[in-house]
Amino acid sequence: MSCKTALRASAALALCVFAGAAAAQDTTITIATVNNGDMIRMQGYTDRFTEETGIAVEWVTLEENVLRQRVTTDITTNGGQFDIMTIGMYETPIWGANGWLVPLDNLSEEYDVDDILPAMRGGLSHDGTLYAAPFYGESSMVMYRTDLMEAAGLEMPAAPTWDDIRAAAEAMNDPANEVYGICLRGKPGWGEGGAFITVTANSFGARWFDEEWNAQFDQPEWEQALTFFVDLMNSYGPPGYATNGFNENLSLFQQGRCGMWIDATVAASFVTNPNDSTVADTVGFALAPDNGLGKRSNWLWAWALAIPAGTQQADAALQFIEWATSREYIELVAENEGWANVPPGARTSLYETPEYQDVPFAQMTLDSINAADPTNPTVDPVPYVGIQFVAIPEFAGIATEVSQEFAEVYAGQQTVQEALANAQALTNDAMEAAGYR
Amino acid sequence: MARAVTTRRKIATTVLAWAIGLLIFFPIFWTILTSFKTEAQAINNPPLFWGFDFTLENYAVVQERSDYMRFLWNSVIIAGGSTILGILVAVPAAWSMAFVPSRRTKDILLWMLSTKMLPAVGVLYPISLIFVEFNLLDTRGGLILVLMLINLPIIVWMLYTYFREIPAEILEAARMDGATLKAEILYVLTPMAIPGIASTLLLNFILAWNEAFWTLNLTAASAAPLTAFIASYSSPEGLFFAKLSAASTMAIAPILILGWFSQKQLVRGLTFGAVK
Repeated sequence: MSCKTALRASAALALCVFAGAAAAQDTTITIATVNNGDMIRMQGYTDRFTEETGIAVEWVTLEENVLRQRVTTDITTNGGQFDIMTIGMYETPIWGANGWLVPLDNLSEEYDVDDILPAMRGGLSHDGTLYAAPFYGESSMVMYRTDLMEAAGLEMPAAPTWDDIRAAAEAMNDPANEVYGICLRGKPGWGEGGAFITVTANSFGARWFDEEWNAQFDQPEWEQALTFFVDLMNSYGPPGYATNGFNENLSLFQQGRCGMWIDATVAASFVTNPNDSTVADTVGFALAPDNGLGKRSNWLWAWALAIPAGTQQADAALQFIEWATSREYIELVAENEGWANVPPGARTSLYETPEYQDVPFAQMTLDSINAADPTNPTVDPVPYVGIQFVAIPEFAGIATEVSQEFAEVYAGQQTVQEALANAQALTNDAMEAAGYR
Repeated sequence: MARAVTTRRKIATTVLAWAIGLLIFFPIFWTILTSFKTEAQAINNPPLFWGFDFTLENYAVVQERSDYMRFLWNSVIIAGGSTILGILVAVPAAWSMAFVPSRRTKDILLWMLSTKMLPAVGVLYPISLIFVEFNLLDTRGGLILVLMLINLPIIVWMLYTYFREIPAEILEAARMDGATLKAEILYVLTPMAIPGIASTLLLNFILAWNEAFWTLNLTAASAAPLTAFIASYSSPEGLFFAKLSAASTMAIAPILILGWFSQKQLVRGLTFGAVK
C-alpha cells in the first residue's frame, strides 16, 4: 500500500517537473497599454509575433490615468506585474533617471535605431540613453474646414499666426446653425487643457519657470496668452468649452460643428475617415499658429514602449519592442489596412516612403513634429525639458491644479488676473515644498 | 372628502416615485441604448432615442477582442468569495456585539466604520507592498481578502442592527434548554435573521462586484474582473462610446439580473424592522 502511494507520489512529482519544464519553455510577457486605435490594431497582430518567436503575449488595457497610477505603483513597489509598459514622453526621462527602466542600448542592428525621428529619440532619452521606443508619435496642428473657409472667402496659410486663426474663427463662426469658429481644449488636467494652454503660452513668449525655478504666471506674457485664449473661445468657441477635451472636440469636429480644431496630429486620421466623420472630404491642415516670436504652439508626444527594471523577462520584452516598433511592423499594417492606418510619427523612413507621401496629412504631421523642440521649448531660456509639460515629477500635480484655476476662468467663475495670481502662488508653494527654490 | 385627498396624494406619490426611479435608471438605460448604436450615432447631437440603425456589431467586437468569460468568472469568484468569507467572520462578531456587549462595543463599532472614511488611495502603497511581499498581486485570493476586509465594517454593522431586533430572551431560552454557543448561533439566531443575512449577502455581493479601485490596482492579466474589462474600453484618443457601452452592459447584466430576481429580499432586508 505504502509502496503504491510512494509510486503515485513520485509519478505526480515527475509530472509536475515535466509540466514545469514545459511551461518554462513558452514564455509569456504581460504588456500594459491604453485603448488607443493604434494599440488595438497592434493587439490584433500579436499572433504573428507569437508565431515567429514562440513568445505569448498577455494584454492589460487600462484607461490612461488608471494606467499611469497602476504602472507607477508597480514600478515603485517592485511589483513585477508587467514586462512592457506603454508610457509617454513625460514619464520616460523621469523614470529613466530614477533607474526604473531598462535602458534600450542593445537594440539590434536591423532595428536601425538611427531611423527613429530625432525629436522622438531626444524626448524619450535621459542623458543620451534611450529608455523607451516610440510606437507612435504626435505633435499638434490646425485642422480646418476647407468648405467653410472657401465660403468665407479666406485661405488658410500653411504656417498661420494667431491673428490668422482669430480672423478665420470669426469668419466661420455661425452659432445660429451650431457651427463654431474654433474648438479648443479647456478641460482641466495637465495632459488635457493644461497642455494646450501651455503651448499657447509658449508661442506668446511665456514660460512656466525662469532659470531659478520661479513661477512666471505674474509676467505679462501669461496674461496676454490667457486673455487671448479666453477672448477667442468666448467669442467663437462652443458653449461649455471649459469641459471639452480631446474626445469632446473630436466629436464636435466630426459632426461638422467646428470651423477649426487645433489638436493632436493623430486626430487627422479620425476626422478624414468617412466611416466616422461627416466632414471627411473637407478637412485641411496647417501648422499650429505662432505669434511672430519664433515659437509655434505645437507640442510633441509619443506613446512608447518601455521595459520596467523589475521584469524577469527583459530579453523577451526587448524582442517584442523591436518587433512592434520596427519598419517591418509598419509595412505589415500598411499591407493589411492601408498606409493611412500605420502608426505615425516614429520613424524617418516612413516619411520617405512614396506611398505614405500620398496620405493627405503625412507631410503636415512630419513638419509639425520637426517644428517641436523639447530641449528649447520657449522664447526665453528655461531650466527644463518638455514643451507642453515640464519634465519633473512634481509637474503633473501642479499643472493639474493650475489647469483647474484656468478652467474656472473659461467657465466665467473668476477673472484671468485672479487665476494667474492663484496659479503663481500654488506653483511657487509646491516648488518650494519640493526643494527647487 | 378625506378619501379624495388620500387618493390624490397617492397618485402624487406614485408619480414622484416613478419620476425618481426613472431618473436614477436613465444612465443605465442610456448605456444600454448606446450599445446598440454605431460609433457615429452614439455621439450624435441631438441624442438619438429612436430612429438609429440597431446594430449588434459592438457586442461582436467586444466579444472578439476580450475574453469576457474569464473576466466574468473572476468577478463571480472574487465577489462571491469575499462575501462568504465576510459573512463567516461577521456573524459571530455581530452576535457578540449585539448580545454580549462590553463597555467598548459602541467604540469598536464606530472605529470599524471610521476605516471606511479613509480614501482607498491613502493605503495603496502599504497594501501594494504587502501584496508584493506575499505574492498576492494578480491573484483572486488576494482580492477576496482585500474586498472582504473593506466591506467587513458594513456587513458587521448591518448584521448588528438586525440581530439587535431579535429578543435576547429567545436566545436565553435556548441556552436554558442546554444549547451550546454553536447551536445557539446556528439553529436559533441564524434562522430568525435569515432575511437580514440574505440582504446583507446581496448588498455585499453587489458592492464587491462593483468595486473598482482595488480590483484595478491589484490585478493585471489573470485575476482581472469585469471592472478591468470595462476600463479597457475607455480611450484617451478616440471615440469608442458605443463599444464602451456594450462592454458596460455586458458587465452589469449579471448583477442586474441577480438584483431583479432578489429585489423582494433586498427591499425586505433593507426596510426590515420598525426603525429603518
